[in-house]
Amino acid sequence: MPVDAKRANLPPLSLHVPEPQFRPGDEVDFSDVAVPPAGEQPRPDTAADPGTFHELAYTLVRVLDEDGNAVGPWNPRLDADTLRTMLRNMALVRAFDERMFRAQRQGKTSFYMKCTGEEAVSVAATSALAADDMCFPSYRQQGILITRGYPLIEMMNQIYSNKGDKLQGKQLPIMYSARDHGFFSISGNLTTQFPQAVGWAMASAAKGDTRISATWCGEGSTAEGDFHSALTFATVYKAPVILNVVNNQWAISSFSGFAGAEATTFAARAIGYGIAGLRVDGNDPLAVYAATQWAAERARTNQGPTLIEHFTYRAEGHSTSDDPSAYRSAQEWSSWPLGDPIKRLKDHLIGLGEWDEDRQAAQDQELAEMVRKTQKDAEKNGILGHGMHQKFETMFEGVYEEMPWHLKEQMQQMLDEDDAAGHPGPKR
Amino acid sequence: MSDPVTDPNAASEDRIAPVPEREGDTVRMNMIQAINSAMDVMMDRDPAVVVMGEDVGYFGGVFRATAGLQEKYGKTRVFDTPITECGIIGVAIGMGAYGLRPVPEIQFADYIYPALDQLVSEAARLRYRSAGEFIAPLTVRSPFGGGIFGGQTHSQSPEGIFTHVSGLKTVIPATPYDAKGLLISCIEDNDPVIFFEPKRIYNGPFSGHYDAPARNWSNHPGGEVPTGYYRIPLGKAAVTRQGAAVTILTYGTMVHVVAQTVEETGIDAEIIDLRTLMPLDIDTILESVKKTGRCMIVHEATRTQGFGAELSAVVQERCFYHLEAPIERVTGFDTPYPHSLEWAYFPGPVRIRLALEKILKD
Repeated sequence: MPVDAKRANLPPLSLHVPEPQFRPGDEVDFSDVAVPPAGEQPRPDTAADPGTFHELAYTLVRVLDEDGNAVGPWNPRLDADTLRTMLRNMALVRAFDERMFRAQRQGKTSFYMKCTGEEAVSVAATSALAADDMCFPSYRQQGILITRGYPLIEMMNQIYSNKGDKLQGKQLPIMYSARDHGFFSISGNLTTQFPQAVGWAMASAAKGDTRISATWCGEGSTAEGDFHSALTFATVYKAPVILNVVNNQWAISSFSGFAGAEATTFAARAIGYGIAGLRVDGNDPLAVYAATQWAAERARTNQGPTLIEHFTYRAEGHSTSDDPSAYRSAQEWSSWPLGDPIKRLKDHLIGLGEWDEDRQAAQDQELAEMVRKTQKDAEKNGILGHGMHQKFETMFEGVYEEMPWHLKEQMQQMLDEDDAAGHPGPKR
Repeated sequence: MSDPVTDPNAASEDRIAPVPEREGDTVRMNMIQAINSAMDVMMDRDPAVVVMGEDVGYFGGVFRATAGLQEKYGKTRVFDTPITECGIIGVAIGMGAYGLRPVPEIQFADYIYPALDQLVSEAARLRYRSAGEFIAPLTVRSPFGGGIFGGQTHSQSPEGIFTHVSGLKTVIPATPYDAKGLLISCIEDNDPVIFFEPKRIYNGPFSGHYDAPARNWSNHPGGEVPTGYYRIPLGKAAVTRQGAAVTILTYGTMVHVVAQTVEETGIDAEIIDLRTLMPLDIDTILESVKKTGRCMIVHEATRTQGFGAELSAVVQERCFYHLEAPIERVTGFDTPYPHSLEWAYFPGPVRIRLALEKILKD
């Protein structure tokens, strides 16, 4: 590149392109990841002005200390039954993920996405919401459905696009929709759900309702314009919404630096918009619960939106189409300074004398067996790739409320084709 | 005197040394390798060419199309971007205004919509509204099309949205050989180009029979690709099969599905692979339709206001008195791309055969 002669005495400009610390084969050392001691972060009053606690956007709200004790002002002081339920739901999410990942590898479906290591972000957050609060998830919050008791077989039917699939095989696996469980239809497009969640919350406020909404996106997709539109609307209308950014460090192969993490935190995005911002240890289920509870209380008392960054780690690939060993060090997960959320909650419960390793092992076995049995039942409805399970006509249903003439014509064309082909696949 | 690298209006010939029409050995490549080779050749020849997009850097792209390029050309010429398609295209326009020649990747065509404003209102009109002061010499690469059980967010064929926009060119290859030669022409072109890559045929031609074993490019003449520089001019279609009974206009994956169906039915069809949708090779189309007297259009995209509608209008306007039957369109249905019913949706051999029988009936 030519140097401008007029400024030849200045050093040339240089372009900064972020680079992650570790690549495949590298020794991982996370000692520079700042992990403040649990219990030291102040918990503001839920009516406090967002401008008075900016520091909470740069620290990590943590409850569980190194010994598994719950400490400090954010301790939600949950009873043992609630803790055991959260532990069970997180373990169930992991067992479900294991089983469905394997089903994809066995060719039973086209696609799957695990949330290993991030179970607390969906399970603990949902546990702190009211059952009728509305969730606008991304594709990695299966813990919401499991926490709300959505039947596992419905999830599996959707994953298999089989004849039991309530979405009629129309959507990619794991792009669930469960209106009765306060779970908005998942889009594969990134962060589109953020402004939608704000809109739902604005509607609830406009109608004098008491329900709030919550939404989730990954740190990588905070780069999308929709994220910033959502924050603008949320602050302008003080929408009763919880905006969760799941910072799991990796967006497929792009580390969080490509979303701006080298310069500041994702929680700090809130500050520029005048929104309450919290940065939370996303592998600490009690911290996630407490932060969500606090944000929900703010929302429900007309204090407006809260942005919560959940600092966590994507332990597995982005999806079944991804191979993380090609771009990051395999040691990252085992070296992750915030540990495994399931183990941390388990250790806490054991420390309280409310749980033990034998019960944990028995529960793991029970959950694996339940998932296995449910999978067997789901597969009675069919698996993807063994023919098409839906009636052909369903392809044309739901494009519009009422089918226009041209779709009716195309539907007939499709049925004629099926006749001409001698019914090779699905039956009407 | 202007600097040929930073002067946006310098023709590419001024920037780079002239080379023979074709250089290097010819080797077997799949379409991904051919696309990779096109970028490699152009980055080597032209220091203004930069490659950018989600996961294109160290990882080399989710389809590996940019594999090895960052290592070879460095991080300031091949770099990952934040996940914002609007930002990727806007930034590429700015880099183009400086004088670079960006080749942004949109990871799936289904994710291109956030970039529409930058493409439609900005890139497409920059030359026009600045009376040529600024241009947007971008080549937007993006995998498109279905047949991989990708559901509605990894299967769409949105080319008709872009051919509708004045100022954008739209190019779709059907073989590795064409992919490389066309991509080189796109990168050298001073107008913004949408280069849609039919991902179903990245690894091999597709017959349309989804239950048949997958083929690779090793036995297809289009899989022989020169390792060096060569161009296939934009705006030039390829007659991939000569015939007298009917002209079939198609592009991308459907070129191969059509060829298979024609072979199976034994119909003497003339198959035209458009290769460039905008600007359209009208001469090749008209010459063929006037010869055969029948015209069928095949694309995977939805039917209503798809590119087939424009083709049909153009042919009808200019060949009306040569037509012996109404023009037939074979397309995807006007629904979102379904997941499980993919093969009932896909315009496969049965749909094409029935349309051929209909158009040849009279």
